Amino acid sequence: MEKPVSSIMPEGLGVDHFAGLSPRAWQWTLALVLILLAAALPFALSKYHVFELTMVMIYAIAVLGLNILTGYNGQISLGHGAFFAAGAYTAAILMHRYGVPYWATLPPAALICFILGVLFGLPALRFEGPYLALVTLALALAMPQLLKYFDTWTGGQQGINLVKPVPPAWLDLDLDRDRWLYLVALAVLLVAMRVAANMLHGRTGRALVAIRDQPIAAAAMGINTAHYKTLAFGTSTLFTGVAGALAAIVVGYVSPEGYSLFLSVSFLVGSAVGGIATIGGAIVGGFFIQFVPNLANDISDAAPWALYGLAMLLFMYAMPCGVVGTLGPWLTRSIGRFGPTGR
Amino acid sequence: MHQFLQQIFSGLAAGSIYASVALALVMIYRATDLVNFAQGEMAMFSTYIAWTLVNVGLPFWAAFLITLVVSFLGGMAIERVIIRPVENAPVLAAVVVTIALLLIFNSTAGWIYTYTVQDFPSPFPDRPVLGALITTRDLGVIAVTLLMLVILFVFFRFTATGLAMRAAAQNPESARLCGIPVGRMLAIGWGLAAAIGATAGIMVAPVLFLDPNMMGGVLIYAFAGALLGGITSPVGAVVGGLIVGVTENLVGTYLIASQLKLTVAFALIILVLVFKPNGLFGSAVVRRV
Repeated sequence: MEKPVSSIMPEGLGVDHFAGLSPRAWQWTLALVLILLAAALPFALSKYHVFELTMVMIYAIAVLGLNILTGYNGQISLGHGAFFAAGAYTAAILMHRYGVPYWATLPPAALICFILGVLFGLPALRFEGPYLALVTLALALAMPQLLKYFDTWTGGQQGINLVKPVPPAWLDLDLDRDRWLYLVALAVLLVAMRVAANMLHGRTGRALVAIRDQPIAAAAMGINTAHYKTLAFGTSTLFTGVAGALAAIVVGYVSPEGYSLFLSVSFLVGSAVGGIATIGGAIVGGFFIQFVPNLANDISDAAPWALYGLAMLLFMYAMPCGVVGTLGPWLTRSIGRFGPTGR
Repeated sequence: MHQFLQQIFSGLAAGSIYASVALALVMIYRATDLVNFAQGEMAMFSTYIAWTLVNVGLPFWAAFLITLVVSFLGGMAIERVIIRPVENAPVLAAVVVTIALLLIFNSTAGWIYTYTVQDFPSPFPDRPVLGALITTRDLGVIAVTLLMLVILFVFFRFTATGLAMRAAAQNPESARLCGIPVGRMLAIGWGLAAAIGATAGIMVAPVLFLDPNMMGGVLIYAFAGALLGGITSPVGAVVGGLIVGVTENLVGTYLIASQLKLTVAFALIILVLVFKPNGLFGSAVVRRV
């Protein structure tokens, strides 16, 4: 066991313990409690609400992917719906044509979307700002057309119907399909957030941020700009592709119309509302994408999208850096002032 | 050969619409470093205003002029009220605000005017001329666009306001030190962009028919045209818009069925951009570190 810092330091200088636990231990405890709560939640809700929350988590994974690219690396993409679609169709084709079990479709979807992202990221190296937005926009527009065109594989306009998976027999769980898939999505989201945190809070993350803020200075400091930008693109599309595969499994259906430009724009909006360059913001973004359109529809049948737009405006005015990007630092400051560290 | 020329001319007519919207995009980009995704929907809304005026019995050109004035004031108001608060926010926040505007305009138009497709009167008769190479309507559209370009050129080149606007776009700090009200110049820029868009909307409405989603495709082609020409160059925007119009038409006629037309047209544009990353007329951005 490591010796606690406070025992070798004079009182008030080291890391203070609160109720016998270090701040880091408190963080872990809090995270564990939240995870347990999230895992217990589906048993208190109706099937439909469980499905909705599953979609929230799936969107969160996709937004997290976009955040790596747009938030941390400053490359705006209007085309992540296309990679979401690529992941979804990979899963759907593998399950439907080759009878691959659903859980085994996630790694191939991840791999394919990573490769697609890197391939797309290479020419994208030459573009920045609005030019990259145009190129990715073209991708988002082309995707539904391409899916319809290659109809021997994709089922064309009709799309592909899938059977929703049940919990594995060896677990001996008395669970319905929706609640099981909720837990699967939760597990994937947690892994994705952990992986993203490890990557972004380390050397790679600092390199990405440096390239975003000062590309020339970053290159002068010896950061391989092309390498990191392509890596950001590939990782970003990997996350989004996995989210797409999960979505195909959870919804049980894929069709070209489901992956329009609007989906790509929704990811961007979710990323901005949740907080660009934050990891937790992705979850807020997922909630926004899933619930605000429905909410707007409930309030007004006549002009729901006008209300959705108004909600976007209000969020951006009140919190220009996104919910987590604006509230996060404020919370840390307040806790720092009154919290267990006692400073 | 005759068919080829015909396709080129009708491509030019479509292209002049894209060129106008592209020009509006460039004006806003130069002033505020922002791609205005709501440009198309603003134009659509202006077109509905013109449609209402024509329907209450005003002559076409009177309705046209009133719409331009209303759009100009509306554009200024949007800059002042909606864009100003996110002027110093992260870029993504500003992008989201223009996307929000797009949704608001589209949905509000659908709410007021319904999503039914409406006929829109054309001021020009639809007759083939010049040995059936082009219709008078297409010719009229091209002429109006050219006239608008000349007026804009004269405005920016020979008036004090035009000079002040160019200064404000190029170097806001120095312009402010010279006593130019930069904020007001930005608002005028948005107003002009809205009026240019309104012209494009009114010109294209007789061809596409009027409905709230009319400008979706136009905006995308205009965006492509603006970038092809170089997003910082007004001349580039016009040339780029025309090239996109002609390319789209030729690809649709000779290369591939309309199903993949958009995809192929975009692939061509991106291919050009790979070799000219700043567009045909754009200048490379030099940045201080």
